[in-house]
Amino acid sequence: MGLRFPPKVLEHILSFIDSNEDRNSVSLVCKSWFETERKTRKRVFVGNCYAVSPAAVTRRFPEMRSLTLKGKPHFADYNLVPDGWGGYAWPWIEAMAAKSSSLEEIRMKRMVVTDECLEKIAASFKDFKVLVLTSCEGFSTDGIAAIAATCRNLRVLELRECIVEDLGGDWLSYFPESSTSLVSLDFSCLDSEVKISDLERLVSRSPNLKSLKLNPAVTLDGLVSLLRCAPQLTELGTGSFAAQLKPEAFSKLSEAFSNCKQLQSLSGLWDVLPEYLPALYSVCPGLTSLNLSYATVRMPDLVELLRRCSKLQKLWVMDLIEDKGLEAVASYCKELRELRVFPSEPDLDATNIPLTEQGLVFVSKGCRKLESVLYFCVQFTNAALFTIARKRPNLKCFRLCVIEPFAPDYKTNEPLDKGFKAIAEGCRDLRRLSVSGLLSDKAFKYIGKHAKKVRMLSIAFAGDSDLMLHHLLSGCQSLKKLEIRDCPFGDTALLEHAAKLETMRSLWMSSCFVSFGACKLLSQKMPRLNVEVIDEHPPESRPESSPVERIYIYRTVAGPRMDTPEFVWTIHKNPENGVSHLAIK
Amino acid sequence: MSTEEELQSNVSVASSSPTSNCISRNTLGGLKEHNYLGLSDCSSVGSSTLSPLAEDDKATISLKATELTLGFPGSQSPAKDTELNLLSPAKLDEKPFFPLLPSKDEICSSSQKNNASGNKRGYSDTMDQFAEAKSSVYTEKNWMFPEAAATQSVTKKDVPQNIPKGQSSTTNNSSSPPAAKAQIVGWPPVRSYRKNTLATTCKNSDEVDGRPGSGALFVKVSMDGAPYLRKVDLRSYTNYGELSSALEKMFTTFTLGQCGSNGAAGKDMLSETKLKDLLNGKDYVLTYEDKDGDWMLVGDVPWEMFIDVCKKLKIMKGCDAIGLAAAPRAMEKSKMRA
Repeated sequence: MGLRFPPKVLEHILSFIDSNEDRNSVSLVCKSWFETERKTRKRVFVGNCYAVSPAAVTRRFPEMRSLTLKGKPHFADYNLVPDGWGGYAWPWIEAMAAKSSSLEEIRMKRMVVTDECLEKIAASFKDFKVLVLTSCEGFSTDGIAAIAATCRNLRVLELRECIVEDLGGDWLSYFPESSTSLVSLDFSCLDSEVKISDLERLVSRSPNLKSLKLNPAVTLDGLVSLLRCAPQLTELGTGSFAAQLKPEAFSKLSEAFSNCKQLQSLSGLWDVLPEYLPALYSVCPGLTSLNLSYATVRMPDLVELLRRCSKLQKLWVMDLIEDKGLEAVASYCKELRELRVFPSEPDLDATNIPLTEQGLVFVSKGCRKLESVLYFCVQFTNAALFTIARKRPNLKCFRLCVIEPFAPDYKTNEPLDKGFKAIAEGCRDLRRLSVSGLLSDKAFKYIGKHAKKVRMLSIAFAGDSDLMLHHLLSGCQSLKKLEIRDCPFGDTALLEHAAKLETMRSLWMSSCFVSFGACKLLSQKMPRLNVEVIDEHPPESRPESSPVERIYIYRTVAGPRMDTPEFVWTIHKNPENGVSHLAIK
Repeated sequence: MSTEEELQSNVSVASSSPTSNCISRNTLGGLKEHNYLGLSDCSSVGSSTLSPLAEDDKATISLKATELTLGFPGSQSPAKDTELNLLSPAKLDEKPFFPLLPSKDEICSSSQKNNASGNKRGYSDTMDQFAEAKSSVYTEKNWMFPEAAATQSVTKKDVPQNIPKGQSSTTNNSSSPPAAKAQIVGWPPVRSYRKNTLATTCKNSDEVDGRPGSGALFVKVSMDGAPYLRKVDLRSYTNYGELSSALEKMFTTFTLGQCGSNGAAGKDMLSETKLKDLLNGKDYVLTYEDKDGDWMLVGDVPWEMFIDVCKKLKIMKGCDAIGLAAAPRAMEKSKMRA
C-alpha cells in the first residue's frame, strides 16, 4: 500500500517548487498529485502557443497568475518566416479574460499582438502588473496608452525590440497622476519623442522604479534630468548620445551618473561619441551588465571603459572591440559570465575588422566563469575551438557564427568538424549550441555522440547528407528545439526518426531537401505532430518528390491550427484530405 | 535522355506553376530569352545589366543551362549566371540555395573564397548512399539551382569583394575581379531590429561628422495582396532601373507586369513615355511614401533626392495609383526637364 499525502500537505510542499519542469514531473505521478499540482500552479509557461489550446490551459490552471507564451519559430528573427505566418495573441487573451481574470502577468515572445489585445488586457485583469513583449509586432502606441491608462497597479511595462506602429509620444501621458507603482519601464524600441516633463513626473512619483530604458529620441539633457529624478535606478537604458559635446553638458552628465550609486546595468548608448564615455566611468566599478552593442565606439576608447568594469558579468559589444579589446576584457573582467560579440556590419560584404578567433580565445582563457558565448566572426580555426573547449568546459551556451558560409579552418583548410567535436566532448553541460563554418556529417556524429544535454541546436549551411540529421536525431537525447537551414539532407533520416520529433518542441527546416511526399508520410505516421509546409506554391502543384521550401514541425495536443495564411499548409492526418489551409481570422 | 528532352521536361515542370504562361519550346538554337512567369517581354526584365547575346552564345549557354548536373548552385562562374536568368521560375525570395560553395569540378576556376576542395563532398558522392528512387529527387531539384545562381548576381551592385586578411592565400584565381556577393536572406543571423538600428545609427553618426551617409538605408516594401513584407537597402542601388529589377525579382509571383520595365539602364529619371506606360493600365506601379507622409509615384525626382526622401515603398495596383497627385505633377516635371 502506498503512502498518501493529504492534499494540504502536498500543496504545502509544492509551494516550494517553482520550476515548471519539476512541477510537470510532479503532475505525472498520479491523478491526485496532478490535481493538486494544477490547482496550485501560478506561473504557466507555454513554449509554443500552438502546442496547446488556450481553453485547455485556462481549464487546467485555474490559479494562473502569470503566463508566458512564445509564438513564431526562432528563425523568424532572421526573416525566414514570412509575415502573416501566425502566432496571434488574441485567442489567448480572450480565453484568459473569460476564465482567468486574476491574471497579473503576461510575457510574450515573437507573437502578433494587436491594440485590441492590449485594450482587452487593460479592461479584463483588475490587478494586472506585468507586461513584457519581446520581438512582438502588430500593435501601436495606442494599445500601450490603454495599458498605461487603465492598469492601476502596473509594475512592469517592457517593450523589447518590438515592431510598434508609432503614432506619437502621447502614450506616456496616459499614466494617471495616481500611478506610482512602476518598477520597470522599457520603451527603447519606440521612435517618437515623449514629453520629457511627463516622463520626469512619472519617474519622480514612482519610488520603486528600478529599471528605465529610454528610446533614442530622449536627448542627453533629458537623460540628465531623469537621472536626477531617479538616482535609485539599478538598470538604465540611455537615449541617444548624438549631441555635440559641450563642456557643461559633459559635467552635468558625469555628475548625474555619479549619483546613481546603485546602477548595475547599462544599455542603449546609441550614437555615443567617445568623448562622452568618461562620464560613465563613475558607474563602471559597480556594473554587472553592459550592452554596448549599439555603440559605434572603437578601440581604444572601449578599453578605457571596460578596464574599469571589474565586476562585469555580462558584456554585449560589437566586433569594433577587436582582438586586443577582448584581450583587455580577459584581463580586467574576471567575473564575466556572458559575452556576445555582434558584427558591426551585418553583411556578407563586411569590411575588414580586426576581430578574429583569437579574441574569443583570450576571453576563454582569462574569464574562468564564462559560460555563455555568442560570437560572430568571419572565419575560425579548429585550434581555437580546441582551446576554448579545453579552457572552458563549463560552457552552457556556445553560439558561433562564422559569417562566411562553408568557411573551413582558414589555417588548415579542413572542416571545423574536430573543433566542434572538442566543444561537444569537452563542454558537458552545453545546453545550447549553434554551429557554422564548413562542417561535414562527421561533425554531427560527434555532436550526436557527446552533446547529451543540448536542448537547442541551430545549424546552417552544413553537412553532406542525411547522415547529418540521422546522427542528431538519434544521438542528442535532450534535444528540444532543432532549427536547420540550407543543409543537404532529405527524407530518409526525418522519417526514420519520426518518433523523436514528439519528444521535441519543434523542428524547423528551410532550404533543405525534404519532399512533400515525406511530409505527408510523416504527418500520417505521427498524429500528434503538426507538419506545416510553408511555401508560396501549393505543395500539390509540384511532384511529390520535389522539395518544399520550409517546414515547421511541432508537437501539439491541439490539432492543426485554424489560422494559417495561404502560404502555410498543415498536412492532414487523413491522407484523403490532402492538405488544408483555412483562411486567417 | 537527350538534352532537348531534358529541356522539354524542365519546361513542363516550370509550367506547372500557375503563374507561368510564357514558355518557349523552341529548339535549343533558337531559345529566346523568356521569363517563365509571364513578365513583360521587355529585355530589361530582371537583367538591365545583360548585354544582348549572340545566337550561337545562346545555343551553347542554354545547352549548359539545361544540363542536369549535380552540384551546388553558384558553382558556375558569374558570366554564366546571368544567362541562366532564362530559366528562372517563380521565386519570391531572392535567396539562393548554397550560393557560395563551388562544386568539386569548379574549385580551381572559381574566384570565390572557399576552396575547400578535398573536403566538401559534392552531391555525386552523397548520391551513392541512397536508394535509386531518391535520385529523381535530386535531379528534380537541380532545375532550381540555375535560378538561384541567377538571382544572386544581377541584383547586387558590382563591388570588389573584400577578402579578409588571412584568406587571400586560399583564393586561387586572383586575376578576375571576384563577383559581388549575394545577400542571403537571414544571414548572417542578425535580428532585423539590430540591422535597422545599426543602419540608422550609422546614418546619424555620419551626419554628425559631416560625412555623407554611407550606411545601409533599409526601407520596407509592401505589395498589395502579398503576404510578404520585404526590406530593401536603397543604397545598394544606383538608379531606378536597378531598384525596379530587384523589386521585380522579389515579388515576381505576383505578376508585376510592366512595373519592372521602367529601368532604362543609366538613366536616373523616367522618360515621359515610360511614365505613360506605367500609368496606362499596367498591372502594378511603384510608389513611395516621402518624408511628409505623402504617397508619390516613384521616378519623378532624381535618384539621389529620391533615396533621401523615401521612407517606404509600396507596389500598388495601377488603378489605385492613378489618383496619386504625383502623377500629373511628375509628367509636368519631366516635360520641363526634357
